[in-house]
Amino acid sequence: MSTLFFIFIGALLVNNFVLVRFLGICPFLGVSRQLETAVGMGMAVTFVMTLSGIVTWVLQHYVLSPFGLAFLQTLLFILVIASLVQFVELFLRKMVPVLYRALGIFLPLITTNCAILGLALLVAQREYDLIQTVIFAVGAGLGFTLALVIMAGIREEMQFAPIPESLQGAGIALITAGLISIAFSGFAGLVPM
Amino acid sequence: MVFNLVKDFWNGVWDENTIFKLQIGMCPTLAVTTSAQNGLAMGLATTFVLVCASTLVSIVRKLVPKEVRIPVYIVIIATFVTIVDLFLKAGFPDIHAVLGIFIPLIVVNCVILARAEAFAGKMPVHRAASDAFGFGIGFMVALLVLGSIREILGMGTWFGMQVMPANFVPWSIMVLPPGAFISLGFVVGAVNLISRRSAAGSRSS
Repeated sequence: MSTLFFIFIGALLVNNFVLVRFLGICPFLGVSRQLETAVGMGMAVTFVMTLSGIVTWVLQHYVLSPFGLAFLQTLLFILVIASLVQFVELFLRKMVPVLYRALGIFLPLITTNCAILGLALLVAQREYDLIQTVIFAVGAGLGFTLALVIMAGIREEMQFAPIPESLQGAGIALITAGLISIAFSGFAGLVPM
Repeated sequence: MVFNLVKDFWNGVWDENTIFKLQIGMCPTLAVTTSAQNGLAMGLATTFVLVCASTLVSIVRKLVPKEVRIPVYIVIIATFVTIVDLFLKAGFPDIHAVLGIFIPLIVVNCVILARAEAFAGKMPVHRAASDAFGFGIGFMVALLVLGSIREILGMGTWFGMQVMPANFVPWSIMVLPPGAFISLGFVVGAVNLISRRSAAGSRSS
């Protein structure tokens, strides 16, 4: 039980996917201008991440490993993730059109969000069982959401700050992310290695 | 025609440099640039995949139906990424261990898919290859610059050679995750400043 808790906290805070592992930086910088879209994007990623974590785990254990097809891992995982994202996109367009409009271009980009594929690869590398995979995926997804929401909150305030012209946009966003990352390194001792 | 090729090449190296100007493909940039060598290795691997994938996409562009082009592109890219992954694992196990999951993650580097979709899928082979080569080199230069800054300030070395004076105290934060964000932020700011100056200069002359 405590192992599961440590996996969750590890993915959420200590090894935060965005701030410590550098996975999912593109949406982190792209969709973090408004709090509302940040939450939506975070939820979409958490959902897709958990689903794809489960699906790729099943594939890894019942197809790739038994048949010795490990070299197809990258190819198979990315195809599965791409189809899943298509499915989520259709689902949102039908069921939650407001969110669909808000996320706009970034939904198809979840496919090229390295956090999703990164999670699938990390799970395979660490040989988690199914429950651990789900906990890890939810923790990582919420960690991504947390980073995105913190960033969006700061960026909303920063609109009124005097920032040197050359640093506006990506420059200041990256430096802000660095400072948040320093804060997150304070969580380092939380989980026994 | 040669002029066109040079223009396609230079577009990727500077005008639309993926890291400095467009800010795409950031994850590997931040993650593997703890030293100049790692940055260079990642840049080379990405350039190889980018050039091969763009060339092949351009070759098959008239055979692939429009509706399924994205999955086809992804399969092509993933194939070359697998080649790089296995090659590095066999030939350079040390580098493979350091770059870790970021090698298979080249497949989701948006730069590669973006070039396939925006350029290689519509252009003849020689232009696609030259465009991809430009973007690859631009990416590699960005990684090398960032890796050098972080290695020199964070460890006092460059490609493993001692370059800072002996009494220099390494800023160990530069090789930790926060250092990646902060140094890239300042590099992007500096590049903005340079392009703004040169734009202003060409207007006044």
